[in-house]
Amino acid sequence: MADGGDPRVLVRVDGLKMHFPIHEGLLRRQAGSVKAVDDISFEIFEGETLGLVGESGCGKSTAGRTILRLYQPTEGVIEIDGRDISTLEGTALRDLRPTMQMIFQDPQASLNPRMTVGSIIAEPLSEHHAMNATDRRNKVYELLDAVGLNRDFANRYPHEFSGGQRQRIGIARALALNPKFIVCDEPIAALDVSIQAQVVNLLEDLQEKLGLTYLFISHDLSMVRHLATRVAVMYLGKIVELAPRDALYNDPKHPYTQALLSAVPNPDPKTEAVRERIILTGDVPSPANPPQGCNFCTRCPKVMDRCRVEEPTWRDLGQGRYAACHLLEDA
Amino acid sequence: MPDGAAPILDVNNLKTIFRTRDGEVHAVNSVSFDVGPGELLGVVGESGSGKSVTMMSLMGLLPSPPAEIVSGEILYQGSDVRKMSEAQLRDLRGGDVGFVFQDPMTSLNPVFTVGYQLVEPLQIHMGLSKKAARARAAELLDLVGIPDARKRLSDYPHQFSGGMRQRVMIAIALACDPKLLIADEPTTALDVTIQAQIIELVRDLRQQLGMAIVWITHDLGVVAGIADRVMVMYGGQIVEHAPVGELFANPQHPYTRALLETVPRVDGTRDARLRSIQGQPPSLAAHPASCPFAARCGHVFDRCLVENPERRDVGARHDVACFWDARTREPYNG
Ligand SMILES: Nc1ncnc2c1ncn2[C@@H]1O[C@H](COP(=O)(O)OP(=O)(O)OP(=O)(O)O)[C@@H](O)[C@H]1O
Ligand SMILES: Nc1ncnc2c1ncn2[C@@H]1O[C@H](COP(=O)(O)OP(=O)(O)OP(=O)(O)O)[C@@H](O)[C@H]1O
Ligand SMILES: [Mg+2]
Ligand SMILES: [Mg+2]
Repeated sequence: MADGGDPRVLVRVDGLKMHFPIHEGLLRRQAGSVKAVDDISFEIFEGETLGLVGESGCGKSTAGRTILRLYQPTEGVIEIDGRDISTLEGTALRDLRPTMQMIFQDPQASLNPRMTVGSIIAEPLSEHHAMNATDRRNKVYELLDAVGLNRDFANRYPHEFSGGQRQRIGIARALALNPKFIVCDEPIAALDVSIQAQVVNLLEDLQEKLGLTYLFISHDLSMVRHLATRVAVMYLGKIVELAPRDALYNDPKHPYTQALLSAVPNPDPKTEAVRERIILTGDVPSPANPPQGCNFCTRCPKVMDRCRVEEPTWRDLGQGRYAACHLLEDA
Repeated sequence: MPDGAAPILDVNNLKTIFRTRDGEVHAVNSVSFDVGPGELLGVVGESGSGKSVTMMSLMGLLPSPPAEIVSGEILYQGSDVRKMSEAQLRDLRGGDVGFVFQDPMTSLNPVFTVGYQLVEPLQIHMGLSKKAARARAAELLDLVGIPDARKRLSDYPHQFSGGMRQRVMIAIALACDPKLLIADEPTTALDVTIQAQIIELVRDLRQQLGMAIVWITHDLGVVAGIADRVMVMYGGQIVEHAPVGELFANPQHPYTRALLETVPRVDGTRDARLRSIQGQPPSLAAHPASCPFAARCGHVFDRCLVENPERRDVGARHDVACFWDARTREPYNG
C-alpha cells in the first residue's frame, strides 16, 4: 500500500452480475438463469490482498473470472487502474492480459496435457514478450525455483506430476509476465501444509517485492486470516460482509460469517471433540431460484419474519466494515 | 482395527515405479498397511510423497506403461487383487470399492451429464431400473448437499463449481453402497460447512453399512476429527503410523513433528510468517539407500545417510521409520 495518504484503488467492482442462461426443452429455449454473481460491489487497494470466502457454489470462481474478463459480465462495471474494462473486446482485452492473471482452481484442466511443463510456463512469455530462447529458459528455471519445483521437471508432461506439483506449475505460469493483479482461485487447496506455507510465503514475498495485488479466493479460513488484508464473505451470489481481517475474525457481524467461522476444524483431537459449531440446517437454495428477501433466510439461525420478504441493504458499519443484514440496522 | 476382525484391505510391501524417458521414478517403496471393516485410516504426507499412486495401484488404476507394480501383495477381503482379471477388477471398482479421485475434472467425463454418470453404475451394479436409478441419483446429489438436485442431473460437469464437482465424485463413489471407500483429498475444494456435512454423511455410512475408509488429506484438522489411525507418508514410504490421538500427542518422526508445527490455526495467534519445512523433497530416481528425509532433518546423523530405516514399534500401536529416538532425543540403539 502507498505510504501515508489514502490507499490507491486498483480494482473497482460496481454492481457486477454474471448470470448463466438455463436452456430447456427441444428448442433449447431460455428458461431462466443461474445467478452465479448477483450484484456485488467492492474495491481492492493496490498492494493489498482481498480474501474472498464462502461456501462451495456461492460464486467465488465466477466472480474472479468475470473480473478478469474471462466472461462477459451480464451487468455492472469493472475498473482496473481507473479504466473500465467491462466491455472491452478483442485486442484491447488481450493487451491487458499481462497485467492481470489467474491461478486456476482446477490445475489439471488448465494445463495443456500435450505440452511440457517448460513450454506451458514459457507460453505467455513468447506470446507477450520478445525474448530469446536462452532468456526464456532461464526465466522458466527461475520460476520453477520460485515455486519449489525441480528444474529437471521442465521436460516433463503434466500427467507425470502429483496434484500439488501441478498446482505449482499453474502458479509459475501466472507469475511469468510479472502481473500487477492476480486472482488466486484456491491456489493452495491441493497442497500439503508445508508446501502451502511455502507458496503463501512466496506470494507474500512477491507482493512485497513487486507490489502485487491479490484477490485470494479460498475456503481455508485459517489461511485467509494469515494472508488477507481485508476479507469479503460471499453467500449465494452476493457479498454479505466485508471487513478488515482482524475485525472479521474477532467479531464477525453477519450470522453467516459467524457460522462459517465456528465450523473450522482444529488440528487437535482433544479440542475437536468438544468444539461447538453452529450447524446450519435448512435448504441450501439454488442460484437459479434464490429465495425472496435475504438470500440467507432459509438457513439463518437468527431469521426474522422481515428477512423473508425484504432484502437487506449493503450498509457501511464504520471502520471499514460493511454488511447486509437486518439485524445490523440501527434501530 | 477392532481386535480379531480380519482386515478388509491388507497391503504388504507394495512397490510401484514409473518408467519415463528420464529414467525410473520410484513413487511407492515397500508400503504396508491394512484397514479393518468400519475403520477410517487417515493418510497424510508431503505433496508428491506417493499417496495417490499408492491408492491407484491398489485398484489397478495406473496405466501400464509407464507405471509398474514391481512387487507387493494387495489383499481385498483375502483375495489377491493383483491376480484378478480386468473384468473382476472393474466389478470391484464400481461396486464394492468406491473411489474418489483427487482431480474431479479428469475423472468426470465432460461429454456426459452428471445424471448419466450417476445412473449408469446404479443400473450396472445395483440392478436398478432406469427410473429407480434416476430417483436414487437425485437422492445422492441431495445427500452431498447439491441444491435443486433433480434438475441438476441434466447438467454437464463444467456447469458445476469446483466443489460441486468434487461432491458429484463423492456421490458416484458412494452410489453402490461400497464396503471400502478410498477417498483421495475428497474435500479440498469444499468449505468447512459443506466439509462438515460430508464428514457427517461418511460417519453415518460407516455406522449403517460398516464401510471402511481410506481418507487421504493434507488437512490435519480433518484427520484429527475423523480418523481412527493415521499413516504419514514421505518420499514414497510410510514413515510413521499410529492411532490418531497417539500421533498428535506423541509424534515421533521429525517429518511428522515439523508437519504438525506448520499448521496455521484459526484460533491461535497469527504468525508474521508461516513455517514451512526447509529444503527440497527427495529425488525418487532410485530406490533409496538412505533415509529419504535425511537432507532436511534436524536430527540427522551418519547412519541416516547410509541406511534407510525400517519401521519399528514404539508401543501404543505406534511405529516409526527413524533412527533417532524422539523420547530419549538420541540415536536409537537397536
Ligand atoms: N505418470 C507418472 N510418471 C512419472 N512420475 C509420476 C507419474 N505419476 C506420478 N508420478 C510421480 O510420483 C510421485 C508420487 O505422486 P503422487 O501423485 O502419489 O503424490 P501425492 O502424495 O498424491 O501428492 P499430492 O499430495 O500432491 O497429490 C510424484 O513425485 C510424481 O511426480
Ligand atoms: N458455465 C456455467 N454454466 C452454468 N452454471 C454455472 C457455470 N459456471 C458456474 N455455474 C454455476 O454458478 C454457481 C457458482 O459457481 P462458482 O464456480 O462460481 O462457485 P464457487 O464459489 O467458485 O464454488 P467452489 O468453492 O465449489 O469452487 C454454481 O451454482 C454453478 O453451478
Ligand atoms: Mg470455485
Ligand atoms: Mg495426490
